[in-house]
Amino acid sequence: MARLLDVQNLKTRFFTQNGVVHAVNDVSFHVNAQETVGIVGESGSGKSITMLSAMRLIPSPPGKIVGGEVMFQGRDLLKLSVREMRSLRGNRLSMIFQDPMTSLNPVLRVEKQMTEAIQLHLGMARSEAKARAVELLEQVGIPGARDRIRNYPHQFSGGMRQRVMIAMGLACNPDLLIADEPTTALDVTIHAQIVEIVKQLKEERGMAVIWITHDLSLLAGLADRILVMYAGQIVEQAPLHALYHHPRHPYTIGLLQSILRLDEQRQEHLKSIDGLPPSLVNYPQGCPFAPRCEFAIAKCHSEDPPLEPVGVNHQVACWVKPEGADILQASQSATA
Amino acid sequence: MVQPQTQQRNDTLLRVRDLKVHFPILRGLLQRQVGAVKAVDGLSFDIKRGETLGLVGESGCGKSTTGRAILQIEQPSAGQVYFEETELTALSGEPLRQMRRRMQMVFQDPYASLNPRMTIGDVISEPLEIFGLAAGREKQARVQYLLAVVGLSPEFTYRYPHEFSGGQRQRVAIARALAVNPDFLVCDEPIAALDVSVQAQVINLVQSLQRELGLTYLFIAHDLSVVRHISDRIAVMYLGKIVELADRVSLYENPLHPYTQALLSAIPIPDPTVEAKRQRIVLEGDVPSPTNPPSGCRFHTRCPWAIERCHQIEPEFRDVGDGHYVACHLVDALGKFDPALGD
Repeated sequence: MARLLDVQNLKTRFFTQNGVVHAVNDVSFHVNAQETVGIVGESGSGKSITMLSAMRLIPSPPGKIVGGEVMFQGRDLLKLSVREMRSLRGNRLSMIFQDPMTSLNPVLRVEKQMTEAIQLHLGMARSEAKARAVELLEQVGIPGARDRIRNYPHQFSGGMRQRVMIAMGLACNPDLLIADEPTTALDVTIHAQIVEIVKQLKEERGMAVIWITHDLSLLAGLADRILVMYAGQIVEQAPLHALYHHPRHPYTIGLLQSILRLDEQRQEHLKSIDGLPPSLVNYPQGCPFAPRCEFAIAKCHSEDPPLEPVGVNHQVACWVKPEGADILQASQSATA
Repeated sequence: MVQPQTQQRNDTLLRVRDLKVHFPILRGLLQRQVGAVKAVDGLSFDIKRGETLGLVGESGCGKSTTGRAILQIEQPSAGQVYFEETELTALSGEPLRQMRRRMQMVFQDPYASLNPRMTIGDVISEPLEIFGLAAGREKQARVQYLLAVVGLSPEFTYRYPHEFSGGQRQRVAIARALAVNPDFLVCDEPIAALDVSVQAQVINLVQSLQRELGLTYLFIAHDLSVVRHISDRIAVMYLGKIVELADRVSLYENPLHPYTQALLSAIPIPDPTVEAKRQRIVLEGDVPSPTNPPSGCRFHTRCPWAIERCHQIEPEFRDVGDGHYVACHLVDALGKFDPALGD
């Protein structure tokens, strides 16, 4: 299948007063056309910064992309001029963010904010652009879109605002939609609505989606392939089923063990990952997960493991590569 | 309204009766009251000694206000709260202050709930000073003990909150709540602000403290998976009302209220094989405003089963067997959810 986005050895640093933050460390991955890729990681794992770097949206200074390439439809985004990049963003590539209140302009009507991008990228007249905006709002399930388009962002509820963001993200029929925790600030029932909308629109339009989240359970019904990030690195990437049923990285295994499942027997003691993620200023030598890892061997503390294939489209950065299937099974039968 | 009265009185630590918290909406120069936000609108339930009652609901449903009103941080507009035989809602001043020693709260955001200018030691020992429980060396020893109890190093006494991660701060907040040896803790979304890999650590801590210290919890959260793990009984709130209350197993295996059913079905399960097979009830629309809640059953605007009666008559919150309470017209007397009841 054709590669839509191909990121190779991306490195992003933040040069701060307290030292150099190694936010993204040699990250390589790709997204195929029409594929949904999930990126999962804790806060500070570099999942958002990776995508912001690819979109050339990191604040600079202090941030700087110090290496790598981001190929999108045959062009390296890191080499484009500001003007060329601007014509792609919001057009072929678009991004929706976690907090729709801070990413919408509070003093402009939704109409203005939506039609601006449509007029600019698609060269439509104002009336045409407005008709398209109304149509988009209807598609994402905003009742009375024709009237609501005259409203300001604060007149919408959280879920409705996120729908407006999605409609804006889709305005120019992007080939790739990057969704950065779009439902984290929303309630579960609203979250379910948004997920359904994105899934349905993806089917209809055949776009690719990158869904960034801290919640592994959310991706189970959504993604085709998942990347797990830790301390600015990809530690595991695998197709959906392989990741949940045959994880090979101790961090992925630990995450799966520590998530509470609604459909399982209650465990008396919840398995947790001890310790904390490392500081990205004093980047640890060796594998960044080694200090918290129960499988760590001497080599883990001195040498950083490379991403190595362990199956079809399945790669792991670990010297030990424990069999997650056995471990998950053992911990399940222990609690049943 | 039927009063839940399943347990003998001496077994019950806390009784809440028809609790209401309405926030007035004031307008104009004279600040006349033009309406009220009915954040909590008539709750009745008991919490038994040593149990964990989970309180779940979406943002704005009034679950945090309920927790605050029980502790009298928020003045209830109506109703009573009894702690053992003492009516908290009738107390004020010094007698109320003395009762506060027995009930404490852990807040959601450990970045906002710790004073950044106080050392960890000062934060934890402040309640001891306020109640005159310990001073000097004894106080120091108590702080060291509390830090050990929540799994932090005693060396942290002289450090400041900004030096700690979210999970560690939440441990400090728990140590502070435990300082006065309370019987009852209200935990208001204590893990919502924490990273996934750290959440499990705090859940384990909260549970082991309950076993060791015999604590009683009201555990407020929006995440049903967490609440199921930690609670003995669970109350589901919607727009200021409890719509269903049952023990953990019944609520998950036999949810009766359509809102509970929708909530459960909306929660993702970390297993693609299971997810592919699940039927999801996706609710239409948003939660209505608590200023002007819908007539009849408050859920009828979003309920896929709503019948004419739901629009007009508020369903009674009643026991349908074995302490399983539900407020829905479509649940029959035997405790079976039956959409055909409307025909």
